[in-house]
Amino acid sequence: MEIRIQHIFLKLKTGLKLNTGFAIAFLGCCLAMPLHAAEEDPDNEQATVSGSIFDPKVERREVDREAIDTEDWEIGAYYGIISIEDFGTSELLGARVAYHVTEDFFIEGSYAQSTAGLSSFERLNGNVVLLTDEQREYTQFNIGLGFNLLPGEGFIGEDLAFSSSLYLLTALGGTDFAGEQRSTIMIGGGYRVLFTDWLAVHLTLKEHIYDIELLGSAKTANDLEISTSIAIYF
Amino acid sequence: MQRITFAIKASLLSIVLFSFLTPRVYADDDESEDEYQQVIVAEAFVEFHTGPGRGFPVFHIVERDQPLRLIKKKTQWFKVRSLKGHEGWVHEDEMQKTLLTKDENFKAGTSTQEEFTNRTWEYGVLGGDFGGATSLTLYGGWNFTQNLSTEFALSQALGNVSDIRYGNISLVHQAFPEWRVSPFVKLGAGVIQTKPFTTLIQTLDRTDEVVNVGLGIKTYVSRQYFVRLEYVNYTILTSRNDNDEVEEWKLGFSIFF
Repeated sequence: MEIRIQHIFLKLKTGLKLNTGFAIAFLGCCLAMPLHAAEEDPDNEQATVSGSIFDPKVERREVDREAIDTEDWEIGAYYGIISIEDFGTSELLGARVAYHVTEDFFIEGSYAQSTAGLSSFERLNGNVVLLTDEQREYTQFNIGLGFNLLPGEGFIGEDLAFSSSLYLLTALGGTDFAGEQRSTIMIGGGYRVLFTDWLAVHLTLKEHIYDIELLGSAKTANDLEISTSIAIYF
Repeated sequence: MQRITFAIKASLLSIVLFSFLTPRVYADDDESEDEYQQVIVAEAFVEFHTGPGRGFPVFHIVERDQPLRLIKKKTQWFKVRSLKGHEGWVHEDEMQKTLLTKDENFKAGTSTQEEFTNRTWEYGVLGGDFGGATSLTLYGGWNFTQNLSTEFALSQALGNVSDIRYGNISLVHQAFPEWRVSPFVKLGAGVIQTKPFTTLIQTLDRTDEVVNVGLGIKTYVSRQYFVRLEYVNYTILTSRNDNDEVEEWKLGFSIFF
Protein backbone atom coordinates (compact mmCIF):
# COMPACT_ATOMS: atom_id res chain seq x y z
CA MET A 1 0.00 0.00 0.00
CA GLU A 2 2.75 2.34 1.00
CA ILE A 3 4.64 1.44 -2.10
CA ARG A 4 1.63 2.14 -4.21
CA ILE A 5 1.15 5.56 -2.68
CA GLN A 6 4.81 6.32 -3.11
CA HIS A 7 4.54 5.28 -6.70
CA ILE A 8 1.62 7.64 -7.27
CA PHE A 9 3.47 10.50 -5.63
CA LEU A 10 6.54 9.78 -7.61
CA LYS A 11 4.45 9.84 -10.79
CA LEU A 12 2.94 13.13 -9.77
CA LYS A 13 6.31 14.55 -8.94
CA THR A 14 7.80 13.66 -12.29
CA GLY A 15 4.66 14.99 -13.94
CA LEU A 16 5.01 18.24 -12.05
CA LYS A 17 8.64 18.46 -12.88
CA LEU A 18 7.86 18.08 -16.51
CA ASN A 19 5.09 20.64 -16.30
CA THR A 20 7.27 23.14 -14.46
CA GLY A 21 9.91 22.57 -17.06
CA PHE A 22 7.43 23.45 -19.77
CA ALA A 23 6.14 26.37 -17.82
CA ILE A 24 9.61 27.77 -17.26
CA ALA A 25 10.43 27.27 -20.92
CA PHE A 26 7.19 28.98 -21.93
CA LEU A 27 7.75 31.87 -19.58
CA GLY A 28 11.29 32.17 -20.82
CA CYS A 29 10.04 32.30 -24.37
CA CYS A 30 7.44 34.90 -23.47
CA LEU A 31 10.04 37.05 -21.77
CA ALA A 32 12.58 36.53 -24.52
CA MET A 33 10.13 37.46 -27.29
CA PRO A 34 9.64 41.13 -26.40
CA LEU A 35 13.29 41.44 -25.49
CA HIS A 36 14.18 40.01 -28.82
CA ALA A 37 11.68 42.24 -30.59
CA ALA A 38 13.08 45.27 -28.84
CA GLU A 39 16.53 44.30 -29.91
CA GLU A 40 15.40 43.81 -33.46
CA ASP A 41 14.25 47.41 -34.31
CA PRO A 42 15.74 49.99 -32.00
CA ASP A 43 15.43 52.59 -34.82
CA ASN A 44 11.64 52.46 -34.66
CA GLU A 45 11.54 53.57 -31.08
CA GLN A 46 14.07 56.28 -31.75
CA ALA A 47 11.86 57.54 -34.55
CA THR A 48 8.75 57.83 -32.40
CA VAL A 49 10.69 59.64 -29.71
CA SER A 50 12.30 62.07 -32.13
CA GLY A 51 8.93 62.55 -33.88
CA SER A 52 7.34 63.90 -30.73
CA ILE A 53 10.25 66.27 -30.17
CA PHE A 54 10.77 67.78 -33.58
CA ASP A 55 7.35 67.69 -35.18
CA PRO A 56 5.31 70.50 -33.54
CA LYS A 57 2.09 68.88 -34.81
CA VAL A 58 1.30 71.85 -37.02
CA GLU A 59 -1.86 71.23 -38.92
CA ARG A 60 -0.70 71.68 -42.45
CA ARG A 61 -3.67 73.37 -43.88
CA GLU A 62 -3.62 76.26 -46.25
CA VAL A 63 -5.05 79.56 -45.06
CA ASP A 64 -7.23 80.99 -47.74
CA ARG A 65 -7.26 84.76 -47.27
CA GLU A 66 -10.36 85.06 -49.39
CA ALA A 67 -12.24 82.67 -47.12
CA ILE A 68 -11.85 84.88 -44.04
CA ASP A 69 -15.10 86.68 -43.42
CA THR A 70 -14.45 90.40 -43.90
CA GLU A 71 -16.90 92.92 -42.53
CA ASP A 72 -15.90 96.14 -44.24
CA TRP A 73 -19.23 96.97 -45.85
CA GLU A 74 -22.10 98.46 -43.97
CA ILE A 75 -25.64 98.80 -45.22
CA GLY A 76 -28.49 100.43 -43.39
CA ALA A 77 -31.77 102.26 -43.36
CA TYR A 78 -32.46 105.49 -41.55
CA TYR A 79 -35.41 107.42 -40.34
CA GLY A 80 -35.43 110.96 -39.05
CA ILE A 81 -36.73 114.45 -39.35
CA ILE A 82 -35.49 117.16 -41.65
CA SER A 83 -36.15 120.85 -41.56
CA ILE A 84 -36.56 121.94 -45.18
CA GLU A 85 -35.87 125.65 -45.25
CA ASP A 86 -39.14 127.66 -45.51
CA PHE A 87 -41.19 124.46 -45.82
CA GLY A 88 -41.39 123.20 -42.28
CA THR A 89 -40.14 119.97 -40.76
CA SER A 90 -40.91 116.60 -42.29
CA GLU A 91 -40.21 112.93 -41.79
CA LEU A 92 -37.27 111.58 -43.74
CA LEU A 93 -36.57 108.03 -44.83
CA GLY A 94 -33.28 106.93 -46.31
CA ALA A 95 -30.78 104.22 -47.09
CA ARG A 96 -27.04 104.27 -46.74
CA VAL A 97 -24.04 102.20 -47.73
CA ALA A 98 -20.56 102.59 -46.28
CA TYR A 99 -17.23 100.99 -47.01
CA HIS A 100 -14.74 101.05 -44.15
CA VAL A 101 -11.35 101.61 -45.71
CA THR A 102 -9.34 101.73 -42.49
CA GLU A 103 -10.24 101.91 -38.84
CA ASP A 104 -10.26 105.71 -39.27
CA PHE A 105 -11.87 106.39 -42.64
CA PHE A 106 -14.95 105.23 -44.45
CA ILE A 107 -16.67 106.15 -47.68
CA GLU A 108 -20.39 106.65 -47.40
CA GLY A 109 -23.19 107.07 -49.89
CA SER A 110 -26.75 107.82 -48.95
CA TYR A 111 -30.13 108.48 -50.50
CA ALA A 112 -33.15 109.85 -48.70
CA GLN A 113 -36.71 110.96 -49.39
CA SER A 114 -39.09 113.33 -47.74
CA THR A 115 -42.12 115.47 -48.55
CA ALA A 116 -42.00 119.17 -47.86
CA GLY A 117 -44.84 120.81 -45.95
CA LEU A 118 -46.37 124.24 -46.36
CA SER A 119 -44.35 127.42 -46.12
CA SER A 120 -45.48 130.13 -43.70
CA PHE A 121 -46.45 132.25 -46.67
CA GLU A 122 -48.78 129.56 -47.94
CA ARG A 123 -50.19 128.97 -44.48
CA LEU A 124 -51.02 132.63 -43.98
CA ASN A 125 -52.51 133.12 -47.44
CA GLY A 126 -54.80 130.12 -47.52
CA ASN A 127 -55.29 130.00 -51.27
CA VAL A 128 -51.71 130.55 -52.42
CA VAL A 129 -49.83 127.48 -53.61
CA LEU A 130 -46.11 127.86 -54.30
CA LEU A 131 -45.33 124.29 -55.26
CA THR A 132 -47.25 121.42 -56.80
CA ASP A 133 -47.41 118.13 -54.92
CA GLU A 134 -44.80 116.71 -57.25
CA GLN A 135 -42.45 119.63 -56.60
CA ARG A 136 -42.88 119.08 -52.87
CA GLU A 137 -41.25 115.66 -53.15
CA TYR A 138 -37.80 116.08 -51.67
CA THR A 139 -34.96 113.67 -52.43
CA GLN A 140 -31.30 113.94 -51.66
CA PHE A 141 -28.25 111.83 -52.37
CA ASN A 142 -24.60 112.23 -51.50
CA ILE A 143 -21.27 110.46 -51.51
CA GLY A 144 -18.53 111.41 -49.15
CA LEU A 145 -15.94 110.61 -46.59
CA GLY A 146 -16.35 109.80 -42.93
CA PHE A 147 -13.73 110.02 -40.22
CA ASN A 148 -13.89 108.22 -36.88
CA LEU A 149 -12.89 111.05 -34.60
CA LEU A 150 -13.44 109.46 -31.20
CA PRO A 151 -13.52 105.68 -31.36
CA GLY A 152 -14.13 103.95 -28.07
CA GLU A 153 -16.26 101.72 -25.95
CA GLY A 154 -19.52 102.36 -24.19
CA PHE A 155 -20.48 100.50 -21.07
CA ILE A 156 -23.80 99.33 -19.75
CA GLY A 157 -23.38 98.10 -16.21
CA GLU A 158 -20.41 95.98 -15.27
CA ASP A 159 -20.35 93.25 -17.87
CA LEU A 160 -21.48 94.80 -21.11
CA ALA A 161 -19.19 96.85 -23.35
CA PHE A 162 -20.03 97.96 -26.86
CA SER A 163 -17.56 99.52 -29.23
CA SER A 164 -18.65 102.91 -30.46
CA SER A 165 -17.43 105.90 -32.41
CA LEU A 166 -18.12 109.58 -32.77
CA TYR A 167 -17.55 110.40 -36.42
CA LEU A 168 -17.51 113.32 -38.81
CA LEU A 169 -19.00 113.32 -42.30
CA THR A 170 -18.52 115.48 -45.36
CA ALA A 171 -20.06 114.75 -48.71
CA LEU A 172 -21.01 116.10 -52.10
CA GLY A 173 -24.34 115.40 -53.67
CA GLY A 174 -27.59 116.70 -54.96
CA THR A 175 -30.95 117.78 -53.61
CA ASP A 176 -34.00 117.39 -55.79
CA PHE A 177 -36.64 119.83 -54.63
CA ALA A 178 -39.08 122.28 -56.19
CA GLY A 179 -38.64 120.59 -59.56
CA GLU A 180 -34.88 121.03 -59.77
CA GLN A 181 -31.79 119.24 -58.66
CA ARG A 182 -29.23 121.38 -56.87
CA SER A 183 -25.62 120.67 -56.07
CA THR A 184 -25.38 120.11 -52.34
CA ILE A 185 -22.64 120.04 -49.75
CA MET A 186 -23.33 117.95 -46.69
CA ILE A 187 -21.47 118.23 -43.41
CA GLY A 188 -22.38 116.29 -40.35
CA GLY A 189 -21.47 113.87 -37.68
CA GLY A 190 -22.80 110.95 -35.80
CA TYR A 191 -22.47 108.48 -33.02
CA ARG A 192 -22.33 104.78 -33.80
CA VAL A 193 -22.69 101.92 -31.34
CA LEU A 194 -22.02 98.34 -32.36
CA PHE A 195 -24.24 95.99 -30.39
CA THR A 196 -22.64 92.97 -32.02
CA ASP A 197 -19.78 92.75 -34.51
CA TRP A 198 -22.25 93.12 -37.33
CA LEU A 199 -25.09 95.25 -36.01
CA ALA A 200 -24.79 98.98 -35.41
CA VAL A 201 -27.12 101.77 -34.43
CA HIS A 202 -26.34 105.33 -35.51
CA LEU A 203 -27.56 108.70 -34.39
CA THR A 204 -26.68 111.26 -37.04
CA LEU A 205 -26.89 115.00 -37.45
CA LYS A 206 -26.45 116.39 -40.96
CA GLU A 207 -26.55 119.79 -42.55
CA HIS A 208 -27.35 120.10 -46.26
CA ILE A 209 -26.29 123.32 -47.93
CA TYR A 210 -27.45 124.24 -51.45
CA ASP A 211 -28.49 127.24 -53.51
CA ILE A 212 -32.13 127.50 -54.43
CA GLU A 213 -34.18 129.92 -56.47
CA LEU A 214 -37.82 130.22 -55.63
CA LEU A 215 -39.93 133.05 -57.08
CA GLY A 216 -36.88 134.46 -58.80
CA SER A 217 -34.78 135.17 -55.74
CA ALA A 218 -31.66 133.10 -55.15
CA LYS A 219 -30.53 132.10 -51.71
CA THR A 220 -28.56 129.46 -49.87
CA ALA A 221 -30.71 126.94 -48.08
CA ASN A 222 -29.61 125.06 -44.97
CA ASP A 223 -31.54 121.90 -44.23
CA LEU A 224 -30.82 120.35 -40.88
CA GLU A 225 -31.50 116.67 -40.44
CA ILE A 226 -31.45 114.42 -37.41
CA SER A 227 -31.85 110.72 -37.95
CA THR A 228 -31.31 107.34 -36.46
CA SER A 229 -30.30 104.29 -38.40
CA ILE A 230 -29.75 100.59 -38.07
CA ALA A 231 -26.89 99.14 -40.04
CA ILE A 232 -25.60 95.69 -40.77
CA TYR A 233 -21.95 94.90 -41.48
CA PHE A 234 -21.15 92.27 -44.06
CA MET B 1 -45.49 106.94 -46.84
CA GLN B 2 -47.02 106.49 -43.36
CA ARG B 3 -47.45 102.78 -43.89
CA ILE B 4 -43.96 102.28 -45.25
CA THR B 5 -42.53 104.29 -42.39
CA PHE B 6 -44.40 102.16 -39.88
CA ALA B 7 -43.26 98.95 -41.56
CA ILE B 8 -39.64 100.10 -41.54
CA LYS B 9 -39.82 101.20 -37.91
CA ALA B 10 -41.31 97.87 -36.91
CA SER B 11 -38.70 95.86 -38.80
CA LEU B 12 -35.84 97.92 -37.35
CA LEU B 13 -37.19 97.36 -33.85
CA SER B 14 -37.54 93.65 -34.42
CA ILE B 15 -33.95 93.40 -35.68
CA VAL B 16 -32.71 95.05 -32.49
CA LEU B 17 -34.78 92.76 -30.29
CA PHE B 18 -33.74 89.71 -32.26
CA SER B 19 -30.06 90.58 -31.94
CA PHE B 20 -30.35 90.72 -28.17
CA LEU B 21 -32.22 87.46 -27.95
CA THR B 22 -29.88 85.49 -30.16
CA PRO B 23 -27.70 83.31 -27.94
CA ARG B 24 -24.00 83.84 -28.38
CA VAL B 25 -21.80 81.02 -29.57
CA TYR B 26 -18.91 80.40 -27.25
CA ALA B 27 -15.56 78.77 -27.80
CA ASP B 28 -16.56 75.44 -26.26
CA ASP B 29 -18.64 74.69 -29.26
CA ASP B 30 -16.55 72.08 -31.05
CA GLU B 31 -18.44 72.18 -34.27
CA SER B 32 -17.60 75.80 -34.89
CA GLU B 33 -13.89 75.15 -34.32
CA ASP B 34 -13.48 73.50 -37.66
CA GLU B 35 -14.96 76.23 -39.82
CA TYR B 36 -12.19 78.64 -38.95
CA GLN B 37 -8.71 78.62 -40.33
CA GLN B 38 -5.70 78.47 -38.06
CA VAL B 39 -2.27 80.06 -37.77
CA ILE B 40 0.52 79.55 -35.22
CA VAL B 41 2.12 82.38 -33.24
CA ALA B 42 5.81 82.57 -34.19
CA GLU B 43 7.15 85.59 -32.29
CA ALA B 44 7.21 85.87 -28.51
CA PHE B 45 3.52 86.86 -28.31
CA VAL B 46 0.65 88.65 -30.02
CA GLU B 47 -1.64 91.11 -28.29
CA PHE B 48 -5.43 90.83 -28.13
CA HIS B 49 -7.31 94.13 -28.16
CA THR B 50 -10.92 94.44 -27.01
CA GLY B 51 -11.99 96.07 -30.28
CA PRO B 52 -10.90 96.61 -33.87
CA GLY B 53 -8.91 99.80 -33.30
CA ARG B 54 -5.51 100.88 -32.03
CA GLY B 55 -6.96 102.59 -28.95
CA PHE B 56 -8.81 99.59 -27.59
CA PRO B 57 -7.01 98.15 -24.56
CA VAL B 58 -4.92 94.99 -24.69
CA PHE B 59 -6.55 92.41 -22.42
CA HIS B 60 -4.77 89.19 -23.29
CA ILE B 61 -1.68 87.84 -25.01
CA VAL B 62 -1.07 84.57 -26.78
CA GLU B 63 2.44 83.15 -26.68
CA ARG B 64 4.71 81.49 -29.20
CA ASP B 65 3.59 78.17 -30.74
CA GLN B 66 -0.02 78.67 -29.71
CA PRO B 67 -2.66 78.38 -32.41
CA LEU B 68 -5.07 81.17 -33.32
CA ARG B 69 -8.37 80.66 -35.11
CA LEU B 70 -9.24 83.38 -37.63
CA ILE B 71 -12.86 84.33 -37.10
CA LYS B 72 -13.27 87.47 -39.18
CA LYS B 73 -11.59 90.61 -40.40
CA LYS B 74 -12.65 94.24 -40.12
CA THR B 75 -10.52 96.79 -41.96
CA GLN B 76 -6.99 95.99 -40.73
CA TRP B 77 -8.04 93.94 -37.70
CA PHE B 78 -8.48 90.20 -37.35
CA LYS B 79 -10.85 88.78 -34.79
CA VAL B 80 -9.16 85.65 -33.47
CA ARG B 81 -9.81 82.99 -30.88
CA SER B 82 -7.12 81.38 -28.74
CA LEU B 83 -7.02 77.74 -27.67
CA LYS B 84 -8.43 78.70 -24.28
CA GLY B 85 -11.37 80.41 -25.90
CA HIS B 86 -10.37 84.05 -25.50
CA GLU B 87 -11.56 86.19 -28.38
CA GLY B 88 -9.89 89.44 -29.32
CA TRP B 89 -8.78 91.69 -32.13
CA VAL B 90 -5.25 91.53 -33.51
CA HIS B 91 -3.81 94.04 -35.98
CA GLU B 92 -2.69 92.63 -39.31
CA ASP B 93 0.88 93.81 -38.68
CA GLU B 94 0.90 91.60 -35.57
CA MET B 95 -0.56 88.76 -37.59
CA GLN B 96 2.54 88.88 -39.79
CA LYS B 97 4.27 87.32 -36.79
CA THR B 98 2.27 84.15 -37.20
CA LEU B 99 2.96 81.08 -39.25
CA LEU B 100 0.91 78.94 -41.52
CA THR B 101 3.19 75.93 -41.33
CA LYS B 102 6.71 75.33 -40.05
CA ASP B 103 8.37 77.96 -42.16
CA GLU B 104 5.75 79.74 -44.16
CA ASN B 105 4.71 83.19 -43.00
CA PHE B 106 1.06 84.15 -42.92
CA LYS B 107 0.47 87.07 -45.25
CA ALA B 108 -2.17 88.97 -43.39
CA GLY B 109 -3.27 91.02 -46.37
CA THR B 110 -1.49 94.34 -46.36
CA SER B 111 -1.43 95.57 -49.91
CA THR B 112 1.74 97.01 -51.28
CA GLN B 113 2.89 99.28 -54.06
CA GLU B 114 3.54 96.13 -56.08
CA GLU B 115 -0.05 95.02 -55.72
CA PHE B 116 -1.13 98.51 -56.76
CA THR B 117 0.93 98.15 -59.95
CA ASN B 118 -0.65 94.77 -60.66
CA ARG B 119 -4.22 95.66 -59.76
CA THR B 120 -7.10 94.32 -61.82
CA TRP B 121 -10.12 96.29 -60.64
CA GLU B 122 -10.45 99.81 -59.33
CA TYR B 123 -13.43 101.81 -58.17
CA GLY B 124 -13.58 105.39 -57.08
CA VAL B 125 -15.43 108.57 -56.47
CA LEU B 126 -14.31 111.99 -57.69
CA GLY B 127 -15.54 115.47 -57.03
CA GLY B 128 -14.66 118.61 -58.91
CA ASP B 129 -15.58 121.39 -61.25
CA PHE B 130 -17.18 120.89 -64.66
CA GLY B 131 -17.17 124.22 -66.49
CA GLY B 132 -18.23 126.10 -63.36
CA ALA B 133 -20.69 123.47 -62.08
CA THR B 134 -19.96 121.14 -59.18
CA SER B 135 -19.42 117.65 -60.51
CA LEU B 136 -19.56 114.25 -58.88
CA THR B 137 -18.23 111.14 -60.63
CA LEU B 138 -18.42 107.44 -59.87
CA TYR B 139 -16.19 105.18 -61.89
CA GLY B 140 -15.02 101.63 -62.26
CA GLY B 141 -12.00 100.43 -64.18
CA TRP B 142 -10.62 97.16 -65.42
CA ASN B 143 -6.83 96.98 -65.84
CA PHE B 144 -6.15 94.43 -68.51
CA THR B 145 -2.41 95.10 -68.56
CA GLN B 146 -0.18 97.08 -66.19
CA ASN B 147 -0.31 99.99 -68.63
CA LEU B 148 -3.75 99.85 -70.14
CA SER B 149 -7.16 99.96 -68.60
CA THR B 150 -10.70 100.68 -69.60
CA GLU B 151 -12.95 102.80 -67.44
CA PHE B 152 -16.64 103.48 -67.20
CA ALA B 153 -17.65 106.69 -65.47
CA LEU B 154 -21.00 108.21 -64.57
CA SER B 155 -21.08 111.87 -63.60
CA GLN B 156 -23.46 114.57 -62.62
CA ALA B 157 -22.72 118.28 -62.64
CA LEU B 158 -25.12 120.65 -60.96
CA GLY B 159 -24.70 124.27 -61.96
CA ASN B 160 -26.69 127.43 -61.53
CA VAL B 161 -28.56 127.02 -64.77
CA SER B 162 -28.70 123.33 -65.51
CA ASP B 163 -28.43 119.75 -64.35
CA ILE B 164 -25.89 117.92 -66.52
CA ARG B 165 -25.45 114.15 -66.52
CA TYR B 166 -22.83 112.34 -68.53
CA GLY B 167 -21.46 108.86 -68.96
CA ASN B 168 -18.16 107.99 -70.61
CA ILE B 169 -16.14 104.95 -71.57
CA SER B 170 -12.43 105.66 -71.76
CA LEU B 171 -9.18 103.95 -72.52
CA VAL B 172 -6.50 104.87 -70.00
CA HIS B 173 -2.78 104.54 -70.54
CA GLN B 174 -0.33 104.62 -67.68
CA ALA B 175 3.22 104.89 -69.00
CA PHE B 176 4.95 104.21 -65.67
CA PRO B 177 2.68 101.96 -63.62
CA GLU B 178 5.41 101.21 -61.07
CA TRP B 179 5.83 104.83 -59.99
CA ARG B 180 4.23 105.87 -56.73
CA VAL B 181 2.93 109.00 -58.44
CA SER B 182 1.98 107.62 -61.79
CA PRO B 183 0.80 109.83 -64.68
CA PHE B 184 -1.86 108.74 -67.14
CA VAL B 185 -3.55 109.92 -70.29
CA LYS B 186 -7.04 108.97 -71.38
CA LEU B 187 -9.27 109.09 -74.40
CA GLY B 188 -12.96 108.42 -74.31
CA ALA B 189 -16.43 108.86 -75.68
CA GLY B 190 -19.88 109.06 -74.22
CA VAL B 191 -23.22 110.75 -73.91
CA ILE B 192 -24.12 113.97 -72.16
CA GLN B 193 -27.59 115.10 -71.12
CA THR B 194 -28.26 118.73 -70.28
CA LYS B 195 -31.42 119.68 -68.44
CA PRO B 196 -31.78 123.46 -67.98
CA PHE B 197 -33.60 124.65 -64.88
CA THR B 198 -37.16 125.59 -65.71
CA THR B 199 -37.28 128.70 -63.55
CA LEU B 200 -34.70 130.40 -65.72
CA ILE B 201 -35.08 129.41 -69.32
CA GLN B 202 -37.74 127.52 -71.18
CA THR B 203 -35.57 125.22 -73.26
CA LEU B 204 -35.79 121.55 -73.93
CA ASP B 205 -33.54 118.83 -72.57
CA ARG B 206 -30.64 118.03 -74.84
CA THR B 207 -28.77 114.78 -75.29
CA ASP B 208 -25.52 114.94 -77.22
CA GLU B 209 -22.53 112.79 -77.87
CA VAL B 210 -19.30 113.76 -76.24
CA VAL B 211 -15.65 112.88 -76.74
CA ASN B 212 -13.01 113.51 -74.13
CA VAL B 213 -9.29 113.64 -73.70
CA GLY B 214 -7.69 113.86 -70.32
CA LEU B 215 -4.57 113.52 -68.25
CA GLY B 216 -3.87 113.07 -64.60
CA ILE B 217 -2.04 111.25 -61.88
CA LYS B 218 -2.79 108.27 -59.69
CA THR B 219 -0.94 108.28 -56.39
CA TYR B 220 -0.72 105.17 -54.28
CA VAL B 221 -1.39 106.05 -50.65
CA SER B 222 -1.35 102.84 -48.66
CA ARG B 223 -3.27 99.61 -48.06
CA GLN B 224 -5.55 99.26 -51.05
CA TYR B 225 -6.38 102.80 -51.93
CA PHE B 226 -5.01 105.61 -54.02
CA VAL B 227 -5.75 109.23 -54.81
CA ARG B 228 -6.52 110.39 -58.31
CA LEU B 229 -6.32 113.87 -59.77
CA GLU B 230 -7.31 114.60 -63.34
CA TYR B 231 -8.06 117.17 -65.97
CA VAL B 232 -10.45 116.30 -68.78
CA ASN B 233 -11.34 118.29 -71.85
CA TYR B 234 -14.77 117.44 -73.26
CA THR B 235 -15.93 118.25 -76.75
CA ILE B 236 -19.70 118.12 -76.93
CA LEU B 237 -20.86 117.29 -80.44
CA THR B 238 -23.98 119.45 -80.59
CA SER B 239 -26.53 119.61 -83.36
CA ARG B 240 -25.63 123.28 -83.84
CA ASN B 241 -22.80 124.52 -86.05
CA ASP B 242 -20.36 124.90 -83.17
CA ASN B 243 -19.19 122.25 -80.81
CA ASP B 244 -19.04 123.06 -77.11
CA GLU B 245 -15.86 122.60 -75.18
CA VAL B 246 -15.94 122.08 -71.45
CA GLU B 247 -13.02 121.68 -69.08
CA GLU B 248 -13.25 119.54 -65.97
CA TRP B 249 -10.96 119.27 -62.96
CA LYS B 250 -11.52 116.55 -60.44
CA LEU B 251 -9.93 114.94 -57.42
CA GLY B 252 -10.93 111.64 -55.93
CA PHE B 253 -10.31 108.55 -53.96
CA SER B 254 -10.18 104.99 -55.32
CA ILE B 255 -9.95 101.47 -54.03
CA PHE B 256 -8.28 98.68 -55.96
CA PHE B 257 -8.54 94.91 -55.86
